[in-house]
Amino acid sequence: MTVTRFDRRRFLAATAAASAATVAAPFVRTSHAAGTLSVGFWDHWVPGANDVLTRLCNEWAAKEKVDLKIDYITSQGNKILLTIASEAQAKSGHDILALPTWYAAAQARNLEPVDDIVGPLIAQFGNAVAVVEYLGRQNGRWLAVPATPGSQTKPPCGRIDLFKQHVGLDLTRMYPVGAPPDKALAEKWTWDTFLMAAEKCFKAGYPFGLGLGQTTDSVDWAGALFASYGAELVDAKGNITVNSDATRQVLEYARRLVKFLPPDVFAWDDASNNKWLIAGKGALIMNPPSAWAVARRDNPKVAEQLWTFPSPKGPMGRYDPGLPFFWGIWKFSNNKSAAKSLLTYLSRRPAIEALVDASGGYDIPGFSGLRDFKIWAEQGPPRGTLYHYPARDDQIVSISAAPAPTAIGSQIYAQATVTKMIAKCTQGGESIDKAIAWATSELEGFMRV
Amino acid sequence: MKKLLRRKSTIAFAMALPLLFIIASLVIYPAFYSIYLATLNKSMEHFVGLGNFGFLFKRETFWMVVKQSVIFAVSAVFFKALIGFFVAHFVHNVPTRGQRKWRGMLLVPWVIPPAMSTLAWLWLFDPSYSAFNWIFERVGLPGVNWLGDPYWARFAVILVNVWVGAPFFMIMYLAALKSVPEQLYEAASIDGANWWQKLWFITLPMMRNIIAITALFSLIVTFANFDIVRILTNGGPVDQTHVFATWAFQLGIASSDIPLGACVSLFMFPILAIAAIFILRDIGQRGNEA
Repeated sequence: MTVTRFDRRRFLAATAAASAATVAAPFVRTSHAAGTLSVGFWDHWVPGANDVLTRLCNEWAAKEKVDLKIDYITSQGNKILLTIASEAQAKSGHDILALPTWYAAAQARNLEPVDDIVGPLIAQFGNAVAVVEYLGRQNGRWLAVPATPGSQTKPPCGRIDLFKQHVGLDLTRMYPVGAPPDKALAEKWTWDTFLMAAEKCFKAGYPFGLGLGQTTDSVDWAGALFASYGAELVDAKGNITVNSDATRQVLEYARRLVKFLPPDVFAWDDASNNKWLIAGKGALIMNPPSAWAVARRDNPKVAEQLWTFPSPKGPMGRYDPGLPFFWGIWKFSNNKSAAKSLLTYLSRRPAIEALVDASGGYDIPGFSGLRDFKIWAEQGPPRGTLYHYPARDDQIVSISAAPAPTAIGSQIYAQATVTKMIAKCTQGGESIDKAIAWATSELEGFMRV
Repeated sequence: MKKLLRRKSTIAFAMALPLLFIIASLVIYPAFYSIYLATLNKSMEHFVGLGNFGFLFKRETFWMVVKQSVIFAVSAVFFKALIGFFVAHFVHNVPTRGQRKWRGMLLVPWVIPPAMSTLAWLWLFDPSYSAFNWIFERVGLPGVNWLGDPYWARFAVILVNVWVGAPFFMIMYLAALKSVPEQLYEAASIDGANWWQKLWFITLPMMRNIIAITALFSLIVTFANFDIVRILTNGGPVDQTHVFATWAFQLGIASSDIPLGACVSLFMFPILAIAAIFILRDIGQRGNEA
């Protein structure tokens, strides 16, 4: 066997030849010249919604010559939360990840600021909705881009026929399709009117389906009630402010309202209110239009009578619960420029409208100027049932626990402090002062840094 | 070297190496990592030593979760052991030909993934559409607020845990019963012992080690239970069914406070470790006496 000796001279010659070949080689632009990008989007429950998002992404990838990999991550079993936590810990994973509600703020130190994307979007589409700014902008910097898929509000969805028959209120006249609300009726649509309507529907055998459990639907409507009475658990500066007249007032109100709700609302989860409405057992819930969409399939007679309209007004205003989604770029991403390019592409008006259409009107864009899409006026039956689903006029979209600093607010929200306070002084039989004292102790615990 | 490789203990160790690697990477590393996490502040930037535990000890909700976890685990293990014991005797006394069918059927709750079977229980207990309440209404009884009332909710989560876990006790006790020599019972019968005396002086002492190991194993698993509470009540109403694992998840993942969640999940570790040492030492001593 002949053994070729690889001495110092041969090594130098080979290295020089290889270097020369590398430098002299022409640049060949491959189909993935701009690198790779990995994206984790929220897995939409509306059939076909993911396909539109995939199509838009692929259009962008083909144009920009990026090798794009998309994963759709379900929120079932909190998988999306687990993915966020594990990628943040491992400092590895997707370049872009969908972040629900509190999780952009929670990952502030791990996210690439995106003011250069959101700033021009605000200039183009108007201000971000209050809840989007509260959750997505920290210390003057945008942490993530407001995402359309998954962003929702939870205004009331009521039965037209039952309201007419038992409350004497025409919901379609109060909030008509394609027109501003009836001023006189909308002005009277307050939490006091709501209580009166709840009593009448309860007596007629169709109680309102408002959960008081520990999941988001329960926490959201209760948060809107607290906000509309000005009852803040913790103020924007982080001071505990739960011990206030406003809190007492709202808990007194809740005590009166709970008498007219189904007795098992303290055990309700996010499916319970939907089932309640779809089964024709109740006259109103507070939810995104998913209940109506399922009713259209499973109980069309009920669906034909459903109307989505703004929340009642309280002494401090008309608050609708809102849960926005964000798209964040991890600081550890290796292709931040491509990530920013994709998010800019997905935030163009035609892309946003396509995404809203694909969701059947369920998704709500995060900017106040994007409220004129046709889908909300056209969806039915009844035609225009979703026209007032996106907040307009005097509605303030907020989240339970706002305006507390998000590090505290996220805990108030996740621990369902608001509904627990109501449960304590209603089902638990405790005094309002005792419920406030309990909440104060809980809030002191949430101040941990 | 050749001698070393030929030794049975070396071969055994080499064959166990893949398993040891899996245990090290999936059990030991996460365990130490969670201890490390538990010593960090909320933003995971500073070392705070045992500060998180000190913080937890001052929280009213934490002590409520401790109490509930103990009630949940102890009562569930007690009833699983009791039911398992009786059912094992029943199956043991079934003629050999039909015994296999009974064993198979009785193991069904244990072999179905708990997340699946708990969903079926959730429908039975559903706040608005409970199948049990439907039956109650048909026979003129008032409905029960299964998951909305704190006491009924605790009963429901314990019941489902007992339903899932009792077959494990049954099969372990059945194996122990089969290993008791028949001659002991024959001798006792000749001496005029009644069924109670046979149970007390023969069956129970012969099953003692199995009972201790099964109870210990089940206690550890039940203390760490997550799926049943998470699916049935999510800790509600007002946190009154939370156990360590569900509360740790609520704090760590849902509230983005991973160090505090890690603390909660680690709280039972020293207590269970001490219990395990005593029980296993007791078993070892009895083994040596034998």
